[in-house]
Amino acid sequence: MGAQTEIHASAYAGAFADPVFQSQSVFRALMDAMARPGTITPLGASATPPAPLGAGAGAIALTLCDDGTPVWLTNALVQSSVPAWLSFHASAPVTNVKPEARFVFIEAGGIVPGFDQFALGTQEYPDRSATLVIEIASLTGGPEFVAAGPGIKDETIIAPKGLPDIFLTLWAENQGLFPRGVDLILVAGTDVLCLPRTTKLRRREV
Amino acid sequence: MTDLATYNFAYLDEQTKRMIRRAILKAISIPGYQVPFASREMPMPYGWGTGGVQVTAAILGPKDVLKVIDQGADDTTNAVSIRAFFQKVANVAVTTKTREATIIQTRHRIPEETLTAGQTLVYQVPIPEPLRFLEPRETETRKMHALEEYGLMHVKLYEDIARNGHIATTYAYPVKVEGRYVMDPSPTPKFDNPKMHMSEALQLFGAGREKRIYAVPPHTDVVSLDFEDHPFEIQHFDKPCALCGAEHVYLDEVVLDDKGGRMFVCSDTDHCEDRREHGHAGEMLARQEAAE
Repeated sequence: MGAQTEIHASAYAGAFADPVFQSQSVFRALMDAMARPGTITPLGASATPPAPLGAGAGAIALTLCDDGTPVWLTNALVQSSVPAWLSFHASAPVTNVKPEARFVFIEAGGIVPGFDQFALGTQEYPDRSATLVIEIASLTGGPEFVAAGPGIKDETIIAPKGLPDIFLTLWAENQGLFPRGVDLILVAGTDVLCLPRTTKLRRREV
Repeated sequence: MTDLATYNFAYLDEQTKRMIRRAILKAISIPGYQVPFASREMPMPYGWGTGGVQVTAAILGPKDVLKVIDQGADDTTNAVSIRAFFQKVANVAVTTKTREATIIQTRHRIPEETLTAGQTLVYQVPIPEPLRFLEPRETETRKMHALEEYGLMHVKLYEDIARNGHIATTYAYPVKVEGRYVMDPSPTPKFDNPKMHMSEALQLFGAGREKRIYAVPPHTDVVSLDFEDHPFEIQHFDKPCALCGAEHVYLDEVVLDDKGGRMFVCSDTDHCEDRREHGHAGEMLARQEAAE
């Protein structure tokens, strides 16, 4: 990254008080949420990363990221103390090369780049794809989508609020790449809703 | 928590857990696809369930209740050792009762009792690649999965029919997950294959020596490969369990003497005990009671 700006004291605080059990709790929530797409799941622990990264996204970063997982951040996050925080607490390197990133963090209201700019995995190794952690305003109250696929009994309705208007198109393209594709973790506060690449979405006809 | 000091919780260090956890999440996102992971040396030899143990260690928390089975039984060597291992390194609550468990680690059976949404089934897998005995080169099998080229597997099943008149594979019977990946269900009897289909529980598979993790999310299509004129069939047993009288369960043959005496009993010991507690009695049990 470019020249380090002044590192705010917030970079050194705000990690888990009890890393072993809090990261276990967050992971189990993510595992359940990924196995049951569309289900709103509380993480059961939170972190206090520097603004504008939220408590839930911070907890996910501490749980999954380390020196083996380059992280891509939006401009707003790069310009905050978040890179220093990630580096100090998780040893996670920040990259500005999108296809290199294993994890992508986007703060609430931040611009969501096209999913195909990130690593999609290969046909041989579809697991080598990015996981996008996107903070949104709310996991309910937005436009309603019907979700179907593995992990979902028949169908379920989701209504995340704060995704870009073009989301459904982006998702359909991502879904069409199976077994390649990115996986999404939508975060609001310390609740998550996961959308693995297998989940099919369509607008709910009223 | 007195014995815990010398180990991290659940034995594995946190960096290893993160690596395994990332692999598990990708495995869930790509049902049936084998995710490579950096399998660690465990304090037990490869072949004793190190893959399952690493998966369990990475997901286990203090609120979990763990059940471990070995061929359906809670009280055989592998199950007892692994259960004791997690009691020691994670101080976790353990049970033999299927319905009380939140995590069930298994070597080659799926419990008879239907699993529920709050449960995770962790399989110990010896050879995760269903195509390995047909094509030994990893580079080739990987390409076959990439191209969804599974003709060889069907040829193998066809040759079974040509030689034996029926598909002779009785365990590790290949399945297709969500219409895409052909997957080895681990060496479970094919009797258990239908239980994987649209299960309420999350199913995770760990292969320690082969360094692969794969998964079947709940409510996922798991179809045993077959032919229209030779449809997939599970094993049937002529007699009910000799101890609890259960039908439509998987039975183990137990040799009783050297004069050809034998009995067939439930492979799932918890299921069998539970039935006997509820007053069910099989042929042998009834006979024994009559003799007393």
